[in-house]
Amino acid sequence: MTKILKFGLLIYFGAVIVFAFIKPPPLTGQTWSDGSRIFYFHVPQAFVAFVAFATSMIYSILYLKRRNPLDDRKAALSVELGLVFCILATLTGAIFARIAWGSYWNWDPRETSILILLLIYAAYFALRQSVTDERRRASFSAVYLILAFVAVPVFGLVLPRVYESLHPSDTIVSGGSIDLRGYVAAIFFSSMACFLAIYYWLFNLGGRVISLEYKRLEELDAG
Amino acid sequence: MGWIKRVIALTAKDIRVELRTRYAINSLVLFAVVTLVAVGMTIGLQINTPSLHAGFIWIAILFSSLQAQSLSFVKEEEAKTGDLLRLYTDPGVVYIGKLLFSFVLSAFLAVVLIVLYIFLMDLSVPDMGQFIVMILLGTIALASATTIIAAIVSRTAMKGALFAVLSFPLLLPILIVAISGTESILTGVKWTVLFDDIRILIAYPAIVVTLSYMLFEYVWNE
Repeated sequence: MTKILKFGLLIYFGAVIVFAFIKPPPLTGQTWSDGSRIFYFHVPQAFVAFVAFATSMIYSILYLKRRNPLDDRKAALSVELGLVFCILATLTGAIFARIAWGSYWNWDPRETSILILLLIYAAYFALRQSVTDERRRASFSAVYLILAFVAVPVFGLVLPRVYESLHPSDTIVSGGSIDLRGYVAAIFFSSMACFLAIYYWLFNLGGRVISLEYKRLEELDAG
Repeated sequence: MGWIKRVIALTAKDIRVELRTRYAINSLVLFAVVTLVAVGMTIGLQINTPSLHAGFIWIAILFSSLQAQSLSFVKEEEAKTGDLLRLYTDPGVVYIGKLLFSFVLSAFLAVVLIVLYIFLMDLSVPDMGQFIVMILLGTIALASATTIIAAIVSRTAMKGALFAVLSFPLLLPILIVAISGTESILTGVKWTVLFDDIRILIAYPAIVVTLSYMLFEYVWNE
């Protein structure tokens, strides 16, 4: 069953990528219109990163409630995955910036925000490494993740709205130039579903590894 | 004792200990002066743009305030008085007490820094009232976002470096807003222009403090 799902995802995602490139770009009338195809990948990546960080916060709350070490490990796993997607979103954003604005990095509020998000979640691993006691490490990391998640909406939503940005969501999408209808919507939401499926798959795999490791440790303790 | 009385007792104790031992103040004030001299030697009096001044002021405040915050819990751990506090009172009281002490300490440092900065850098401020409000609000916001991080870091292996790494991202929204607010004050604007900045400077720390208050027991009792 999972094998069918895996191959299904492969074919579906492949088709999404092909269609993203053979259909007309979502935005027309600009010299860099072809570059706007990145919309199909960049936005879902950023969204999945957000989902991953939200998941890590939920597992942190669960850890503080139930004190189950597995929850702590799963929160850490979700942060790892979130960081991967966040880096992907940063890179695709930089490519777009190069095409549309002229250089890979412009210190635009959006770019600064995502860089800071990366820093926040990279610091999480520094924190984990510097606490040796397992219970204490789990508690501290959970508290830090919950606090960090306050900063996510501030960087993602508030600051870029307050300070003017060149980011297309502020200058183009809200202006109505990308019409989220027809094939554009089909490709976009398919791509979103594919990225979410990949995240879920990786998270599930990692979670199973963690559970097995934990079971083995318990057996060793008992034996 | 009532809740408020206990909080005040804790803050008063910290202030009294600080005044008696001068554990932090001397080195903190010197640190602030060194930062200012470093800034002054770099830019001197030639460059006189509001954006540069705003940036330098907040860098100086950030560094000395980070130094100040990191000490408040480390002191308890080093003197082994943390366990006594844990026995004697509940985590919420400790958190708010320490928070108030951070406010007092960092506001004091900010005042010292600002007076020195105006004196050394020949800074002219169009509206002193706006300037003081912005500096104090920003400083208090910085202190409120870092208190719980200071509590976490005081019980980990590498205190100093980790504290900066963990708290910097949480402080950045405050820093960005404070710098832009200070910049517009130095160019001379009306109060109404500043309301957006002031709103963020109050709302963001309020969220962080509320969350920290709820989460503090998991850090303190661990």
